[in-house]
Amino acid sequence: VIRVAADAREFSASMKRFLPFLIISAVGLLTIGSAVEFYRVKTRLAPAPAGGPGGTPTPAEAPEDPFLHARGPRNAPVTLEIYGDFQCPSCALVSQAIDDLQKQYEGKMRIIFHEYPLEMHKHAMEAALAAEAAAVQGKFWEMHEMLYRYQSVWAEATTANFFFESYAESIGLDVARFRADRTAPDVRARVIADATVGNSRGVKNTPTIFINGIELRTGFTKDKLQATIEAALAPKKTS
Amino acid sequence: MASKSKHFADSPPARVRSSAVYWIVAVVALLGLADATFLTVAHLTGDDAVCGSFAGCSTVLGSAYATIKGIPTAAFGVMAYFTLFSAAVLAAFGYTRVRKFLFALVAAMFIAALYFLYLQAFVLHAFCPFCLFSAAMTFLLAGILVALPADR
Repeated sequence: VIRVAADAREFSASMKRFLPFLIISAVGLLTIGSAVEFYRVKTRLAPAPAGGPGGTPTPAEAPEDPFLHARGPRNAPVTLEIYGDFQCPSCALVSQAIDDLQKQYEGKMRIIFHEYPLEMHKHAMEAALAAEAAAVQGKFWEMHEMLYRYQSVWAEATTANFFFESYAESIGLDVARFRADRTAPDVRARVIADATVGNSRGVKNTPTIFINGIELRTGFTKDKLQATIEAALAPKKTS
Repeated sequence: MASKSKHFADSPPARVRSSAVYWIVAVVALLGLADATFLTVAHLTGDDAVCGSFAGCSTVLGSAYATIKGIPTAAFGVMAYFTLFSAAVLAAFGYTRVRKFLFALVAAMFIAALYFLYLQAFVLHAFCPFCLFSAAMTFLLAGILVALPADR
């Protein structure tokens, strides 16, 4: 009996010794588990790239929001975000400058396009919907380029959609699907969501450009953009 | 007899209170841990929808300060809060040696929180509510440790 009591006491003492570590491990596992689960829920919309979950995903490996219009490496030191309207002439100009700069800073720069169609432009919303509909088929940037290149053509047209369909065809989209997506409520919701986030970030006009999250207020010539990019790269080089 | 009963009346509550302080620290650290984990995952998914309608939140989460050498800043928060939680649990169970470490860690986190507040207020001119919550947790932790008596 004495031995049993002693064993029990020893057992409870050893339990007490392990309890804090048990609690710490439980919290650790719970944190990792909920992080992984939350990550999966967040990325469920992504067109699952093969591989499956394994280990902690690094930013470069993490699947992206499929409707985020981004070019360039995810871990690029410079991220340029532009809130654009396809019917705005200065957006077309700045988009060209950005294209040039991205070639010049290849691998160091990431471009993100956000929709911000202005009401004062009669076809801006239709153009944004066309670009989003192209994005459904994975050709956002192709449509983006067509819309800006031929802006002066469709901007003054009575029915711009006719032009958009011809661009869709020329970049190799399934036109019937493109037409359906262009009027789909979720596609419209995406444009509105983009613009709403823009509003919350203080966007009022187009183009509005953020470089590494900081709004650029110096004007949008190529030289000014380049100067800001250089400044953004500079501290990283020295560190 | 009288002195013995006095002894018993005094010492146990003091011990209880000291371990209670560490349990409170552990609970607050858990809140910070949840917040930092949330921010880390939100960063990895590239989702600034977590910001909801808070103006300027995406500015903070998308800024150059959101990562340190490619690692999300919030991930350091996860490590700090988890380490703090572990230290607080051990301290609550009577591991007195970790207490000094716990104080040093909270002091370091306090300085880091001040720096991040400075960045938000004076460099980015934008605030993110989850970052502010984390800073609040750290200030609360520092406050608890300074204000409440705990054996060191």
